[in-house]
Amino acid sequence: MSPRLRWRKFVSGFMLTMTGVCALVAVSVLFLILGYLAIHGGASINWNFFTKLPVPVGETGGGLANAILGSAKMLLLATIFGVPIGFFGAIYLAEFSTGSIAFVVRYAADLLNGVPSIVIGIFAYSLVVQPFKHYSTLAGGFALGLMMIPITLRSTEEFLRGVPNPLREAAMALGASKWKTIATVIVPAAYRGILTAILLAFARVAGETAPLLFTALGNQFWSPGWTHPTASLPVMIYTYALAPYDDWHRQAWAAGLVLLVLILVINIVARAILSRGIAVPRS
Amino acid sequence: MQASVRPVLSVNLPPIATSASARETPEALSMRMTISKLNFFYGAKQTLFDVSMGIAVNKVTSLIGPSGCGKSTLLRTFNRMYETVRGARLDGEILLDGQNILGQDVTSLRRRVGMVFQRPNPFPKSIFENVAYGLKINGSKLPISEAVEKSLRHAALWDEVKDHLHKSAYELSGGQQQRLCIARALAVEPEVLLLDEPCSALDPISTAKIEELLVQLKDICTITIVTHNMQQAARVSDFTAFLLTGQLIEFRPTPQLFTTPGDPRTEAYITGRFG
Repeated sequence: MSPRLRWRKFVSGFMLTMTGVCALVAVSVLFLILGYLAIHGGASINWNFFTKLPVPVGETGGGLANAILGSAKMLLLATIFGVPIGFFGAIYLAEFSTGSIAFVVRYAADLLNGVPSIVIGIFAYSLVVQPFKHYSTLAGGFALGLMMIPITLRSTEEFLRGVPNPLREAAMALGASKWKTIATVIVPAAYRGILTAILLAFARVAGETAPLLFTALGNQFWSPGWTHPTASLPVMIYTYALAPYDDWHRQAWAAGLVLLVLILVINIVARAILSRGIAVPRS
Repeated sequence: MQASVRPVLSVNLPPIATSASARETPEALSMRMTISKLNFFYGAKQTLFDVSMGIAVNKVTSLIGPSGCGKSTLLRTFNRMYETVRGARLDGEILLDGQNILGQDVTSLRRRVGMVFQRPNPFPKSIFENVAYGLKINGSKLPISEAVEKSLRHAALWDEVKDHLHKSAYELSGGQQQRLCIARALAVEPEVLLLDEPCSALDPISTAKIEELLVQLKDICTITIVTHNMQQAARVSDFTAFLLTGQLIEFRPTPQLFTTPGDPRTEAYITGRFG
């Protein structure tokens, strides 16, 4: 074997090993986190965790039921607020706009997607919290909804664009108006992808903490209503992890585990929906 | 009335339909559509020049010519599908039953002038839903399942699909899908059916079935077909128009055009010297 060939074989082997190791690290991070959460928080997950309020320091037991409910309420608000705007905006982008308008909207959405979530939080604070002089569930839902808009918009647009043009032509040639074509052919053809996009946007904001710090604030008790501060899982994790009590640390780990499992389940469901036979063959 | 179509055309149209003779449109009575002095532009580029012709009632008219000659563009003016392309514009006149289609409501025009495309493009819905689509969006009062059966029978597809109407249209073969698209277009009972190279993506057996079908469909509607296949034009059509670089070179009864072409360019094309 010539020295040149030996060198080439060495380089090839080295690169293969390196890329393999990097891939392995990338994958194992997820499992490390999951495992770590399970070890530290697994023991605290019991029926009480899901049904009881937090208890004062020193007492054992108690749960994060108020945070779970708070998160659920704010995610519901965020979905009601963010998804329709993202969805109809995507329809405009994919089906109506061309040229510079489309470019501007798309670019703005991408930028909004990249805005740090804490900035979204401050924005929601000044827009909703200050005028009402109240931290509230509404404000938290609004902040999360803002974050859902660009994610829903861009991915829905991609799926709408994926619908083959001949289907649009077929509908129009039968006398369907533009809106009818969209409502009866294009959206149904893309609905799996759109649903996936919405689920992923939901999963993305479910774990957001920063926007909630200035909006929903936090609460050790049940939130009395939509216009009052509420606990949420991510903020609870933040508060509990910083506190100097071992029991709170365990609760924080457990909350982290619940949140991560929720997000994993949503992702898996989204993938399952998407892979269950795409109806439209790509041409 | 129908019997008079042939003589009318051959008398009225000189062998070479140049723009100078375009004023002499065939007698309107026997024509479902009359196209006169049609010029078509994509942006600044003109793709049709002074085209004038008639589409005879209950006949098959075929448009032939080499790629890029404007035959598909011409077809797409008949139901104004060209409007989906930005920057497309035409001037001239296209009459459907004596009325200019350019001033009409486009959705009702397209209900009267159906279209079948180059590649089968069924919706991602069931076979039944595909055929019913046009009826549903037009708010048809007809009993839908009967209309669906009728259209599928017209498209010679009923016997093959009657036991699984609720299966996905994508489970059909390519040829069946194309016949499904024909059934879908027929369901709204159009007066004119436009076909844009409907067999170009199909195998010879499916092609033969569609050709046979077209000849039968003449009884219920007027057919215009674009084809790059001259034998197909000769087999199925009553009249043939030959286009070259956006101009209508010759428009005559099919047997005449293929046996005694009046223009050397037509002869060169049909004998395979170019195209």
